[in-house]
Amino acid sequence: MSQLIGVPREIAAGEKRVATVPEVVEKLIKLGFRVAVESGAGDAANFSDETYRAAGAQVVQRAADLWAQADIVFKLRAPSAEEAGLMHEGQSLISFIWPAQNPQLLQQLAARKVTVLAIDSLPRMLSRAQKMDALTSMAGVTGYRAVIEAANAFGRFFNGQITAAGKIPPARIFIAGAGVAGLAAIGTAVGLGAIVRANDTRAEVADQVVSLGGEFVKVDYVEEGSGGGGYARVMSEGFQKAQREMYAKQAREVDVIITTALIPGKPAPRLITADMVKSMKPGSVIVDLAAEQGGNCELTEPNKVVVRHGVTIIGYTDLPSRLAKQSSTLYATNLLRLSEELCKTKDGVINVNMDDDAIRGLTVIREGSITWPPPAPKLPPAPPKAAAQNKSPVPTAKSHSHGAGEPASGMSTAITFGVAALAFWFIGAHAPAAFIAHFTVFVLACFVGYMVIWNVTPALHTPLMSVTNAISSIIAIGALVQVAPPLVETANRPTAWIVGLALVSIALVAINMFGGFAVTQRMLQMFRK
Amino acid sequence: MMPATLSTAAYAGATILFILSLGGLSNPESSRRGNLYGMVGMAIAVLATIFGPNVTAAGLPWIFAAMAIGATIGLFAARFVKMTQMPELVALMHSLVGLAAVLIGYANYIDPAATGHLQGAEKTIHELEIYVGVLIGAVTFSGSVIAFGKLSGKIGGAPMLLPARHWLNLAGLLAVLWFGREFVLAASMQQGMTPLIVMTAIALLFGIHMVMAIGGADMPVVVSMLNSYSGWAAAATGFMLSNDLLIVTGALVGSSGAILSYIMCKAMNRHFVSVIAGGFGTGGGKPAAAAGSAQPAGEAVPILAAETAELLREAKNVIIVPGYGMAVAQAQHTVYEITKQLREKGVNVRFGIHPVAGRMPGHMNVLLAEAKVPYDIVFEMDELNEDFPNTDVAMVIGANDIVNPAAQDDPSSPIAGMPVLEVWKAKTSIVMKRSMASGYAGVDNPLFYKDNNRMLFGDAKKMLDEVLVSLKG
Repeated sequence: MSQLIGVPREIAAGEKRVATVPEVVEKLIKLGFRVAVESGAGDAANFSDETYRAAGAQVVQRAADLWAQADIVFKLRAPSAEEAGLMHEGQSLISFIWPAQNPQLLQQLAARKVTVLAIDSLPRMLSRAQKMDALTSMAGVTGYRAVIEAANAFGRFFNGQITAAGKIPPARIFIAGAGVAGLAAIGTAVGLGAIVRANDTRAEVADQVVSLGGEFVKVDYVEEGSGGGGYARVMSEGFQKAQREMYAKQAREVDVIITTALIPGKPAPRLITADMVKSMKPGSVIVDLAAEQGGNCELTEPNKVVVRHGVTIIGYTDLPSRLAKQSSTLYATNLLRLSEELCKTKDGVINVNMDDDAIRGLTVIREGSITWPPPAPKLPPAPPKAAAQNKSPVPTAKSHSHGAGEPASGMSTAITFGVAALAFWFIGAHAPAAFIAHFTVFVLACFVGYMVIWNVTPALHTPLMSVTNAISSIIAIGALVQVAPPLVETANRPTAWIVGLALVSIALVAINMFGGFAVTQRMLQMFRK
Repeated sequence: MMPATLSTAAYAGATILFILSLGGLSNPESSRRGNLYGMVGMAIAVLATIFGPNVTAAGLPWIFAAMAIGATIGLFAARFVKMTQMPELVALMHSLVGLAAVLIGYANYIDPAATGHLQGAEKTIHELEIYVGVLIGAVTFSGSVIAFGKLSGKIGGAPMLLPARHWLNLAGLLAVLWFGREFVLAASMQQGMTPLIVMTAIALLFGIHMVMAIGGADMPVVVSMLNSYSGWAAAATGFMLSNDLLIVTGALVGSSGAILSYIMCKAMNRHFVSVIAGGFGTGGGKPAAAAGSAQPAGEAVPILAAETAELLREAKNVIIVPGYGMAVAQAQHTVYEITKQLREKGVNVRFGIHPVAGRMPGHMNVLLAEAKVPYDIVFEMDELNEDFPNTDVAMVIGANDIVNPAAQDDPSSPIAGMPVLEVWKAKTSIVMKRSMASGYAGVDNPLFYKDNNRMLFGDAKKMLDEVLVSLKG
């Protein structure tokens, strides 16, 4: 029997989003699930009951009925105490939970003997998990909306213009924190024509800022700020002082500040002081995306827009909800991807496979027992840059060295030398003198070949091969000396055979000799800057 | 006639020129000079031999006639070969060196002037030298012919795996050792001839079997390995004739080829032995079964040429990843036209070359160079793999296994651990392919099913022409 996915209306005040959209309902049905939506769930996000019905979902009038029928509940906001009370044994819930902040809720849900997947607990460093990463998609919406809110509150154009009515300078925007939301904000602001600067304690995001058309502002202090899981971490006192100076300078220069600095589980860092706000031009705007955790700006009031010292400070905490249709669609798609992972058999029954790293991380309660926090993931959450380095065995990739310079381990070196020494001893003890002379030359030549070739550029592998091939025509010498050697005294020498074989060899090798060099030349002619 | 000392001195000069030649080939700027050194060295070596003490005047007309014939054919072939046929040509040329080594070995064996005066250990060693020289020459010859057949498509590319092939090889090796003993112990030339001929036959079969068992994706390794063999064959001939120039040059070519093969293997994260032992995924069961167990979910999203042009036009950073498909379709010129168009529009276009893209080491570089793509926008995998996250469009032209994310994500994949170009990290990746068929390794590619991937189906040349038209329009 296929399971029923229930999508209740979000009851949190002001929440306009919905956990699934009609377009995704169709795909969930294709996965074998049945879908029920509470009447009016999508209204605020412009998805009518009718469109859900058309997509194949049943529309349930009363929330209590929906909670009672559903095998799996898709939600956005963590359930309220009443909602949690509606759950029954064997049910599954996929939603934002924030288990660290809501231990009571976790206990309550565990008592109902349900399985809970917290979409916020997704191990984000797994590249496989990115398609399910609702935090990222919500942060993207937040960043976009933050710029729109700022533009709305700001009294001027963002882009510079030269019109008949005079010259308009472009707006200057400073974005603190270049995470997903920060980057989305940079892209949006650049798109509107503003001059965008951004800062982040993690140095590696500088390139990303620049790639979006922003300017990366450095703090004049050397310290690397990558913490675990791709988040930033708390910085030292010296750094924070240098950072404050940088922010003070930016506050004097720019028209709009958007702050996105958050460290998980900690109050938001105070980046913008009251003095800095005072130093801003009248009419400036601050959008504080960390308002919920206390705000990056000292004067922020959560969920409110306030004007202090002539500066509009926006402290909305529901920016994704203010772009309800977009964020609902993104969230629904994230949950669809998660459903695909949970239901690989496409038979409409989910399987919470605790051996899967991504699903293990998501699952905070399994059949009534709390499984949060998950054990440390198998892969250490190193920043992507370091991971890339680990993958490539040769860190100094630019030198074209293929490892000749890398010292081998002591043991294997010793073995190699030992075997070589034995082989040399054996040959030296048994072979005649003439052979030894040739052997010496041979070994040295092998070594020269080895030394010469290690440094070749991969681009030249083909010409190199073709030239070594041409050089191997040196074997012609062997045939040449057989054609007409000076001392022919033995009576029964089959001269005709020897000369014949030798001449055929010469002709064959000559093809290689001339052809090989000519073709190499032709190839090399083409290499140009 | 030159005195022997002068000819020896000339040999030393030639040796140095050959070393300089190989050294010069390590860098595009000095490469042309390197080739010149090689030619001069070869000319000195040949002339010093012809006019040296070991060749009497009676032989000169014959020698010149034979060389003239060979030179004509060689120059003709070099002039008219298409750049996409380079791998075949190189393989075919290896076979000539191998065949020559066999013939020279035979000629030397039947020449009483060369062997008559030798006694005891010296005679044994000399005969062993002949034996080994013919052996390597024969393997090189038949192996190269098969490689030529595979590369030119005359023989199917899939590995031919005989049952118990390792035992067959082992039996062949034992037989070769046994006949080697017979050969050395033979009292007369006539007696020795039989084991020599039987061994040659075994060596020829071994060469065929060895290359037949190697899959098309491993072809770059095979070509450079055969290159190495032809060098060893020359070195063995040098031992046989007590000629230091041959020994040195043969050893240079042999070791350089071996190292090149090693570099290739490392690029594919494969062990040299397992490549030589043949077949892809030797221990890992049938590729089809492996692909079945890890069937990637989702569906591949097709795209049209016009939409591709649209994406390219709006991109800031583009990385093009060419593969064997580009060579087959002869699309390199169109690729460069597109590159030029985009660069004029200010798009940063770069090429990412996987070390084993194509069927020969450096295959793609040669093709792009032929199309006049400047080599400073052509990068190696290691140089730009970290840049994919900042890339708007990664265009994959006729490549498959070298962009397969399964190599990183799926430990059960036959190509697990092989370094790959991370095109899926680009904002959009476009894969140009004839169909959904899997690559040479026979492994399905999860890249095709990624959300940010689009498939542009069709012949690469035709599709790129359409893209170019839309770009210009």
